[in-house]
Amino acid sequence: MAKKEINIFENYLVPKHEIMTEEEKQQLLKKFNISLKQLPRIKERDPAVKAIGAKKGDIIKIERKSETAGVAYYYRVVV
Amino acid sequence: MTMEITSIDFKLLSPQMIKKMTTVRIDKAELYDPDGYPIDGGLSDLRLGVIDPGLRCRVCGATAGNCLGHFGYIELTKPIIHPLYAKRIYQLLKVTCRKCGALLYDKSDKKISLKNVYKNPLKVCPQCKEKQKKITYQKPTLFREDSKELTAEEIRARLEKITDEDLKLLKIRGGRPEWMILTLLPVPPVTMRPSITLESGERSEDDLTHKLVDIIRINERLKKNLELGAPDFIIADIWELLQYHVSTLMSNEISTLPPARHRSGRPLKTLAQRLTKKEGRFRGNLTGKRVNFSARTVISPDAKISIDEVGVPKYVAKELTVPERVTKKNIKYLKELILRGPDNYPAANYLIRSDGIKKKITEENKEAIAEEVTIGYIVERHLQDGDIVLFNRQPSLHKVSIMAHKAKILPYKTFRLHPCTTIPYNADFDGDEMNLHVPQTEEAQVEAKMLLAVKDNIRSPRYGLPLISCKHDQITGTYLLTREGTVLDKKEAAHIFMLIGKENENLKDSYTGKEIFSALLPSDLNIEFKSAGCVGCPHCEKHNCPYDAYVVIKNGKLKHGVIDDNALGEGKGKLINIIERKYGSDKIKEFLNNVSRVSIYYVTHHGFTISISDQMVNKNITTIKEKKISETRKNVDHLIKSYKSGRLKPLPGFDEKGSLELLIQSEAGKLMNSMSKLIKTKIKENSAVIMAKTGARGSYVNLTQTSVLVGQKAIAGKRIFRGFRNRTTSHFKKGVLDLKSHGFVFNCYKDGLDPFEFFFDAMNSRENLMDKSLQTRHSGYLERRLVNALQDLKVEYDGTVRDSSGRIIQFVAGEDGMDVGKSDNGEINFNLII
Repeated sequence: MAKKEINIFENYLVPKHEIMTEEEKQQLLKKFNISLKQLPRIKERDPAVKAIGAKKGDIIKIERKSETAGVAYYYRVVV
Repeated sequence: MTMEITSIDFKLLSPQMIKKMTTVRIDKAELYDPDGYPIDGGLSDLRLGVIDPGLRCRVCGATAGNCLGHFGYIELTKPIIHPLYAKRIYQLLKVTCRKCGALLYDKSDKKISLKNVYKNPLKVCPQCKEKQKKITYQKPTLFREDSKELTAEEIRARLEKITDEDLKLLKIRGGRPEWMILTLLPVPPVTMRPSITLESGERSEDDLTHKLVDIIRINERLKKNLELGAPDFIIADIWELLQYHVSTLMSNEISTLPPARHRSGRPLKTLAQRLTKKEGRFRGNLTGKRVNFSARTVISPDAKISIDEVGVPKYVAKELTVPERVTKKNIKYLKELILRGPDNYPAANYLIRSDGIKKKITEENKEAIAEEVTIGYIVERHLQDGDIVLFNRQPSLHKVSIMAHKAKILPYKTFRLHPCTTIPYNADFDGDEMNLHVPQTEEAQVEAKMLLAVKDNIRSPRYGLPLISCKHDQITGTYLLTREGTVLDKKEAAHIFMLIGKENENLKDSYTGKEIFSALLPSDLNIEFKSAGCVGCPHCEKHNCPYDAYVVIKNGKLKHGVIDDNALGEGKGKLINIIERKYGSDKIKEFLNNVSRVSIYYVTHHGFTISISDQMVNKNITTIKEKKISETRKNVDHLIKSYKSGRLKPLPGFDEKGSLELLIQSEAGKLMNSMSKLIKTKIKENSAVIMAKTGARGSYVNLTQTSVLVGQKAIAGKRIFRGFRNRTTSHFKKGVLDLKSHGFVFNCYKDGLDPFEFFFDAMNSRENLMDKSLQTRHSGYLERRLVNALQDLKVEYDGTVRDSSGRIIQFVAGEDGMDVGKSDNGEINFNLII
């Protein structure tokens, strides 16, 4: 039996994941005055990371629905 | 930037390593020679470090305190099993060949995982085909092969044969397994086990030294016996004894070993005991410490001190000191303090010279010390009025469990605290004790004053409404004062004005209570709100409220309404809220102080008490009660009848029986509600009603239960069904479902309960009691774990939440960057800001 393809982003619980460009990346690191090590991490084998094809060292921008703020952005570095 | 720890390794000590890190071989059981001089090669050998002040270490040349000490070693005559590694040794023995040390598992069989090797080792060695014997382990350090005991020597020889590759497969790291069998024993330096010289000149040695003496003595005896060629059983006996002593040196709480005891019969405190448990090094000395400049005693209330003060007994103030540096400006004052002598409060206890020498001031040397005082010296003076102190009540669950107060020196022996500040501390005065700390540097004092001051912590950091607020008699007092009909004559009014510092020579002949209360308010305050006494009419008449429950304050004058829980109470405090917002923390402090003084004054002089007559209800209410009860009974009977005949329509999501229960419970609830309403509207105002109405203490439910009927008693949210089969007690018919037999109490507490009701009430009370104690325990532990995990997270100036190494946890605190502690219950009232 062929494996059924599932698009995990269709599930309402999975927030939008986006790979940041090199320029955006530098901007972000500068904005918070941090190195990559200080960002929250996400595993390379995370299903969402695999789905958008991010590589080690990429920063992923996550757009979450927030109870307090409406939309909240979160940034995680792929390790 | 902070330094980063890359990794930490824990490894076994190899004999070579032990030899390398030690300075001296210890083999003499005696500590001192007859002249009292330490013996070379004894346990107090001078090469193990210095503890006597003034001497220099013979090894490193540092003085006592700077030299951390140096290890020695004992050469064990025969190997000894490290008792805390026995389990690991057992595992290794089981999975390796008894002859060649090869791993007992088939490397070609990929189905067998490592876990299974430990569970099911092969019976025959895959390498040398040697048949394996069964190995058993008996706590703490005994190994048998079939029935033959294995000696430590034999075990060590086997462990030596295991190859490094096999160890890697078994995921054993940190060195060779044979190092788990000791051949050299490190002797800790004397700095780790200092001897104490008693007053009598006798020396008392540390527990560890005693244990080490035992080990050396037995070790030497074993050596001598071996040299003499003593019979095997004697050697084995001594060897076993040596094993016991080494085992108890590591830990004296090994379950199967009798603990080694001191001569007095007290168990020795050996290595493991120094580290573990609540009093151990980690929990007792590193995570928690004892501190100086602190005090603890019973608390009692004092509504006359300010909310940001704490009453400190004079007796305590003489012990707690504040260091004050001598300057040109204060030298005269400090000299005077010293000259008063240490017992004559306010005075000083110590003088610290600029070279760091500390001198105690006594009655005898006070003149000499006062003469000596120079600019730059530090005087440790007694705690005085106005000094900043930290005040704390455990459990410290939130930040307002520790706040900065100003000391106020008072007579007697208890800490005095303002009743308003009991709320954040969760304190009462039934014997509670609290702790007080005196910050010792100017930085600490200022930090406490600016961040932890009571007046800056009026609002709860959790929801932003007043936490430090009025309760109980304070609420009753303001209600009695501000209700319609309160009139005070000139004399009384003058007294109250005096209390709040508003003495006035041109007084009117009489004042209404509302006029008096207006004197407490800022003159440009405008606010309207409903008081706690509001009955919730469908159409609000606002300032024409027939119950005087609509508060109108116009230009700082209380025009209508009474001041009660809604205006001053915890988590509501409309009045406190607006005053704090508009006028700041100093004004709210003044306001709370004044309100407390006035209301407590008024309630004490007016008089306020409750008695059994407050629980009496008139006949009218009794007849209504009887009528309602019989009505409810009829309804319930009807429900039961229709259930039994199968005509009862089940509610959605329930079966017939569940529906019946739900309907009966709702009938019982309806009865309770109607009774509550009756009490609320029909009963004459008395002291108990005043307290319930204003929110000072108690509720209408309490009143209903004491004077009309108690209502349904429940277990686990259901009516009571416990007891006999199909009935609660044998006094009822089987299968009866009526109210009476399943925990409904028709009487009130004043009239008294009948035996059945009493029994059901007790069942219910027991459940409440159990729930309360279990719940607090669980939520307390949950809170503790949460705090432990989050303790060093911090909101940085850029709004991010980071941990101690600067790693980002949240990019915007709370995702919206809002501090609820600065909001009004999560909302922002723009009208107050703009």
